[in-house]
Parts: sequence; C-alpha cells; structure tokens
Amino acid sequence: MNQDLDYAPLLLVPVLALLALPLVGTGSTWLTLTAAGLAMGMIIFIIASGLTLVFGLMDVLNFGHGVFIALGAFVATSVLGAMGDYTASSSLWRNMLAVLPAMLAAMAAAAAAGIVFERLIVRPVYGQHLKQILTTMGGMIIGEELIKVIWGPQQIPLPLPAGMRGAWFIGDAVITRYRVVAMVVGLVVFLALAWVLSRTKIGLLIRAGVQNREMVESLGYRIRRLFVGVFVAGCALAGLGGVMWGLYEQNVIPQMGGEVLILIFIVIIIGGLGSTTGALIGALLVGLVANYVGYLAPKAALFSNIALMAIVLLWRPWGLYRITNR
Amino acid sequence: MSDALLTLEGVHTHIGAYHILHGVGLQVPRGELTLLLGRNGAGKTTTLRTIMGLWQASAGTIRLGGRDITGLSTPDIAASGIAYVPENMGVFSDLTVAENMLLAARGARTQAQMDPQRLHWIFELFPAIEKFWNHPAGKLSGGQKQMLAVSRAIVEPRELLIVDEPSKGLAPAIINNMIAAFEQLKHSGVTILLVEQNVAFAQRLGRNVAVMDQGQIVYAGTMDELAADPDRQQALLGLAL
Repeated sequence: MNQDLDYAPLLLVPVLALLALPLVGTGSTWLTLTAAGLAMGMIIFIIASGLTLVFGLMDVLNFGHGVFIALGAFVATSVLGAMGDYTASSSLWRNMLAVLPAMLAAMAAAAAAGIVFERLIVRPVYGQHLKQILTTMGGMIIGEELIKVIWGPQQIPLPLPAGMRGAWFIGDAVITRYRVVAMVVGLVVFLALAWVLSRTKIGLLIRAGVQNREMVESLGYRIRRLFVGVFVAGCALAGLGGVMWGLYEQNVIPQMGGEVLILIFIVIIIGGLGSTTGALIGALLVGLVANYVGYLAPKAALFSNIALMAIVLLWRPWGLYRITNR
Repeated sequence: MSDALLTLEGVHTHIGAYHILHGVGLQVPRGELTLLLGRNGAGKTTTLRTIMGLWQASAGTIRLGGRDITGLSTPDIAASGIAYVPENMGVFSDLTVAENMLLAARGARTQAQMDPQRLHWIFELFPAIEKFWNHPAGKLSGGQKQMLAVSRAIVEPRELLIVDEPSKGLAPAIINNMIAAFEQLKHSGVTILLVEQNVAFAQRLGRNVAVMDQGQIVYAGTMDELAADPDRQQALLGLAL
C-alpha cells in the first residue's frame, strides 16, 4: 500500500507469539492459543477497519458502531434459521451456501442502517467531538432497542453450521474449523481493502482524504460524498464482523456490539487512527494477548489489552502507523 | 488592461468572532500574473481561502469569468476552473509523486490515462517531478514539494492558478527555478494570482500588483509604479523595493 512502509510494527505479531511460547510451555497449547488469537484478531479487524477509516477521513468519533455489529449478527440468525437444510449439512460447501447469503444480508442491512445513521445522527454534528460521542452513543441505544423490538430482548443462539464445527488436530494442538474460516474471511477482507486503497482512484482519494481533507476538496472532489460511502462501507463491514463474532460466540444479544466496541477502539488507537494496516496489526495483537493472558493469568485478561495499548502508545504515541499531515 | 477573469467586490470574511477581510475589491486580468503583496496578517491568505470557499465570504461577491462563485462549495469552485496551491503546499506526504499528480488529474482513473503531452511539459518545467515520480512525496525536499504542488495544480488545464507564497523557505537556486516556471506558465496563457512576501521574487515576476493592509486592498496598479514610489512602498509594505 505504502511504498515506504515502516516494517517495525509488522514484526510485533511474530515477536509477541514467540515471546509467549516459553510462557505457555507446551507447543501444542501455544499453537491452539495462537490460532484462536489470530482468528479473534481477524474478526476484530473486520469490524475495526471501517471505523478507523471513518475517523481518519472525517474525524468522526462513532461510538454507535456497535449497533451495526449487533444488527448484522441478528440478521444472520434470521437468514441461517431459515436455511436449516444447508446449515445442518456436514458439507462445508453447503454450509457456505447459507453463510454467504447471511453475510450479504447482514452487510446490506447494516449498510442501509448506516445510511440512515449518518444522515440523522452523524451529519448534524460534524466537527463537534463531544456531541458526536453523545449522539452516536444515543443512536446505538436506540438501535439496540429497535433490535429488541424486531427480534426480542432475549439471547438468541447462533449455532455454527454443522460443517464448521469440530476441529483439525496438528499433533496435540486443536485448531477449530471455524477459526480457520474466520482467518480466511479476515484475510480476504484485508486483501480486498488493500487492493481498493492502493489500486483504485477511490482508494487514492480515501488515503489522501485521511491525510488532508481540505486539499482533496480544493482539487475538486466532494469529500463528504466520499465519507458517506466510506461510512456505509464501514457499517457493512461491521455487519459482516457481527456475523463472524456471533458465530464465534454462538449466540447473540442486542448489547453485543457495545461489548465488542471497547476492543475495537483499543485496536484503532493501537494501529493509528485512520490506518488499515495498523488496525490489522492492532487487531491481531489484541486477539493474541487476550488468548495468551486468558490462559496464563485469567484474572488479568480484562486489563491485558489496556496494558497492551499503553505499551504501544509509550513506544509510538500516535499508534503504530501515524497518518501524516494531521 | 485586459478583461478581468477574477473579480472580488466588497468581500468581507469573518472567522469566528474575528472580522478579517473588510470589503476587499480586486481584479485579476485574464492571461496575466497578478501579485498580492502585504505585511504579515494583512489578509492575503484569507483572501485566497475565501476565493476557494475554504472560508465563506460573509458579504460581497466573487466572480470568475462573470459567473458568481460566492457561496459555492470548494469542490464546485475548483471544478469551475481554479487550481489552488496553499501556503503549506498541501502535498499528500504518504502518497507517491505519481499518486499526487493522478489525484489532481480528475479526468484520469489511472496514470496511463493522464495527458502525456501535459506531463511532458511539466517534466520540462520541473525535472525533479519525473526523477522522483515513484517516490513518496513526504521524502522530497521543501523545494521539490513546492514543485510538486505547482505541478499538481497545472496537470489539467485550469483558467486560474492561485498560489500562496511559493518562495517561502526555498533556497535561492530553487527560487530561480520557480521564477522560470511561473514565467513559462504566464506565457502559456494561464492566469495567475500569486501571494508573496519575498519582494525580490515578486519584483521579478509581477506586472500587476495589489497591496493589502488590515483586510483591505490599499493599492492596485503596476509594479513599475510601485517601484518608483519609495514613500508608498514604505507606507504600504514597511520596506523599500
């Protein structure tokens, strides 16, 4: 993406994994935890990628991003629930014939909700951070209540399709199938984003807009229209992430978005606001730390990601990748 | 004097509680280079930003080729034919030189679609642009960034080029390059409005001069007239040319 890429942050993920190896002790447990951490990180990245671009491009603090995660997950319960024949099959391919429409429906619903959210809640408070925090949090509460109206307030199970259950064994290490699916989906999203950002004019405009909106407008481009597009795409990705997270947890509740949101903010702060590559590395670090610490010192799990953020910010106060000109 | 491409009439600009421009009236003749001079804080940059719609005029009218552009959005003003080089150059440091140029070439989706003749002309004006084509713009020197900023502004034909302090912070050799480039641009028929504090630079370029003080145009005439009147220079600019 960037021809002059700073490679030091890229080494953090393998360095962290290698540092954890002697602490965890056994290689098989380490491999299991690493695979779980990478899968969790990829799901978090899917959700965080849109939010970091929204902040980078328009300086908008969207604390309502979580509602699109929950909406995506709930839409998935309806779609997968209606395709029982496909989800009950032990064939992964038949499962995908159900999961893919669920993902697309979740993304479409989240994108549609994103258009309304941007128009009614975000647009009136451009440039006003405090109001953005208050109104977008309010928007999330309203969104959660609307989800309760449609799907009910109770927890809804979102079982994995039959072909995605179970695990592969590498020696004594257990690699659950769904985690591999999550890693593949996350990788596809990252590569697609990287391609759009580095190879298309729209991507060029987004990267330029993240650095200097005013200059992009002075060149004759309507950055607000671009922002709406990025916001809606970010919501769609959050919807996709909601499906992945719901399947990961195997149940969904209306508040699930708010619960994940703290991790998402940690990720985009670690990565550097506006940087998708930074968000990917940040997400993988958060996923790995959550799994390693959850195994080694469960009582410290809640604190671990905050500590990770503090350490990264002590090293690089603007996050792993600083977006220049801002 | 030929007909005016850009006309400002009684333009006032407020930024927050501050009243910065107090009825600016300015004419920029078509096909010529006009210099806007003045002390620090006189309102020169605010005038350019108001023309571009980056700050909205609170009163008055701005016309480009007879068309009222007051109150239009910045993208609409740019699309109407004005290219703007801000004081900080506005170069996208994380993008390559080529990507910076492609962004400004609104009609092109890829580098291959950029006008090769125009690129060739730019490479002749500023050889550094071709030399560092695939380099990150953030790695360029100050002078090279200024060349990129000007190149970006002329990568597509525009009616009016407005440039804010192109000589700021540049070495004398680079300033000579810039002067040569602006001379060529002038001869190519581009209308230029140039804000400058470097009086030596301004003198070598300008025929038409406007001087600002306290948010108003206090002098409009030719550089020769201004140069011949030391008292006026001292009064308007605080120095002798």
